[in-house]
Amino acid sequence: MGRESMEYDVVIIGGGPSGLATAIRLKQLDSELNVCLLEKASEIGAHILSGNVFETRALDELLPNWKELNSPIKTKVSKEKFLFLGKTKSLSWPTWLLPAVQQNHNNYIISLANLCRWLAEQAEALGVEIFPGFPASEILYNDDGSVKGVATQDMGIDKEGNQKDSYEPGIELLGKVTVFAEGCRGHLGKQLIEKFNLSDGKDPQQYGIGFKEIWEVEEKNHEEGMVMHTAGWPLDNNTYGGSFMYHAENKQVFLGYVIGLDYKNPHLSPFDEFQRFKTHPAIRKIISGGKRISYGARALIEGGLQSLPQMFMPGALLVGCDAGTLNMPKIKGSHTAMKSGMIAAETIIENIKENKDLSNYEEKFKNSWVYKELHAARNVKPSFSWGLILGIIFTGIDQILFKGKLPFTLKHKHADHETLKPANEMPKIEYPKYDNVITFDKTSSVYLTGTNHAENQPVHLKLKDPNLPISYTLEKFDEPAQRYCPAGVYEVQKENDINKFVINSQNCIHCKTCDIKEPSQNITWVTPEGSGGPKYGNM
Amino acid sequence: MKILVAVKRVIDYNVQIRVKEDGSGIVTENVKMSTNPPDDNAIEEAVKIKEAGKATEVIAITVGEEKSQETVRKALAVGADRGIHVKADGIIEPLAVSKILQKIVEKEKPDLVFMGKQAIDDDCNQTGQMLSALLDWPQATFASKIDVKDGKLEVTREIDEGLETIEVNTPAIVTCDLRLNEPRYASLPNIMKAKKKPIEQINASDLGVDISSKIQQIKVEEPPKRQAGIKVSSVAELVQKLKNEAKVI
Repeated sequence: MGRESMEYDVVIIGGGPSGLATAIRLKQLDSELNVCLLEKASEIGAHILSGNVFETRALDELLPNWKELNSPIKTKVSKEKFLFLGKTKSLSWPTWLLPAVQQNHNNYIISLANLCRWLAEQAEALGVEIFPGFPASEILYNDDGSVKGVATQDMGIDKEGNQKDSYEPGIELLGKVTVFAEGCRGHLGKQLIEKFNLSDGKDPQQYGIGFKEIWEVEEKNHEEGMVMHTAGWPLDNNTYGGSFMYHAENKQVFLGYVIGLDYKNPHLSPFDEFQRFKTHPAIRKIISGGKRISYGARALIEGGLQSLPQMFMPGALLVGCDAGTLNMPKIKGSHTAMKSGMIAAETIIENIKENKDLSNYEEKFKNSWVYKELHAARNVKPSFSWGLILGIIFTGIDQILFKGKLPFTLKHKHADHETLKPANEMPKIEYPKYDNVITFDKTSSVYLTGTNHAENQPVHLKLKDPNLPISYTLEKFDEPAQRYCPAGVYEVQKENDINKFVINSQNCIHCKTCDIKEPSQNITWVTPEGSGGPKYGNM
Repeated sequence: MKILVAVKRVIDYNVQIRVKEDGSGIVTENVKMSTNPPDDNAIEEAVKIKEAGKATEVIAITVGEEKSQETVRKALAVGADRGIHVKADGIIEPLAVSKILQKIVEKEKPDLVFMGKQAIDDDCNQTGQMLSALLDWPQATFASKIDVKDGKLEVTREIDEGLETIEVNTPAIVTCDLRLNEPRYASLPNIMKAKKKPIEQINASDLGVDISSKIQQIKVEEPPKRQAGIKVSSVAELVQKLKNEAKVI
């Protein structure tokens, strides 16, 4: 059975802030345009996870009347704290000594998943066709090599790759322009960057893994509107990372941790660092007596301008973190992602109507405030490769004294998969046992994500060399997949004294960390059957 | 032959249910909702019967708030011909739902009414049986196989002892088990076509039936947490504990 195809003016892949902003802007500029948006999650928002302290700048431009449209942006930041943590002590850093980019008094504490659900309603009201549950699994090309569109995943394929009774072939969605808005490490975006050499002359991309839990805390511990960040313990001076704690509405606290994926010690377990972090007295006192109601994790982009690939190619654009527009020192990417989508929409309209080249996108992007922000932010993350203390001193000089205008640009030297040192050269880390009150194991955490993948389908985490995990990675790095995966997908099991690499792909929460950190780039994340993955609520 | 299929919007089976802090119910805000799984089997079976040329029309019906329409839309995307949405807010109990369905059956005059054997939210397993009584139609519950014959249905039922095959005259009510079939995927073109299929909206209050609650819900609580296990040192200790502490022997 051949695939059917459907033609649109614009096909958008991904229902996050960048894709939805692209869709809305397109329909605002030309209501006649046929725009469709594909989303791999079972509904918009179900795969969205973010802190999130939201800067409304892009939204103010996109939907200036958002306050009247019953948007889920309600909790204004009322108080800020920055703590340096020692093992038991904490040192509060005066907020006036924080770089301006880290001051949040005009921002809002939101659930990005809920914002996306609301943006999707706005988009649908404008006539955008949104199809949740349909992952784009394949890029289609014209004879001249330009991007023609995408194909959705076939449904109803069994483990061995045979068609089941319920088999339903994928559909080809063809667009005059295709916009890739898959978020950090999009699996199609990754292919495009390689095929069109979009990263030539750029530094290797940098990533982090972010964890988030939502806690319902006791009334006395809740301070709606309060934003707190920490650096320091439990990470050592050489590991980049820190925490966030945002007091949202309904006595909820959004608690999270981000660790740079350029960490060196293969024994490090990002999940366990996060769990351990919660036992610090400054954190424990807020969540004790409370209840953890959500858990999730997602990789994020940290490379900034130096690593930002060219965002246009024949027939297609990359927007948001599918390219990498997150502002790291600001710890924010939603507003820049949305703005990049809006600029993309303007470029596309000129392309379709006036036949202007998509390469205009670069020019427009460079003239926008996103570029200015990212330019001023560019030296912060690379300076932390010298360690936390030097990084902070440099960042103080760069951000407070020079406001990001130092006349040089620091480079990112290594890709994250190159940074691990051999296991026998690095100290083992003993993590404390989970107490099931403040700290929890991966299994009970993944349970909270509502993750499921239809049974009897092909494993969507592909190994280039199936023997490598045991023959090389276990030997040299003690198979770090067991630790960097936040969902317990990867296990090394001993069967009759023989080590076996097990992939529990049904647990996968689509964070993409394995695709990034695997030292030999041996794991490739591909799309599973539609609707699979987590079912996040207000993450 | 016309088949009416009742579908219900429930919290998705993958979502971990959370009890509201004040015990007044469960949290449904920003929670992924889906069609009650055995209702998917009911729709699938009706569509299969139509595809086999044994039925002429499949009508999907739901009772509930505005957003319940999505459930009917999903049924339309997998092959139902048209939909009915009876609008009613709050919890509608099985008796009220069966009274509403009775009114719709009187109006639409289907030959068969299909639905899931029970809904995964309240696990009542009552609506089909009550509707059967109200209409005085035969019922075949927990169906895992349905054969349509002339004026009759041969239905295999999942019962405690195994399988039971019965024959019922039509019109009849059939409640469907998960083993009945494997529901198909809604394809993208069919989802688009479903957007154009008609859904008739009716206010429950216009049907002249009493849908008020007959059950008073006192409190919703989480099940007690399971106690951690212990290790016993001997068989004697195990027996002693089973006898005196667990009191099971």
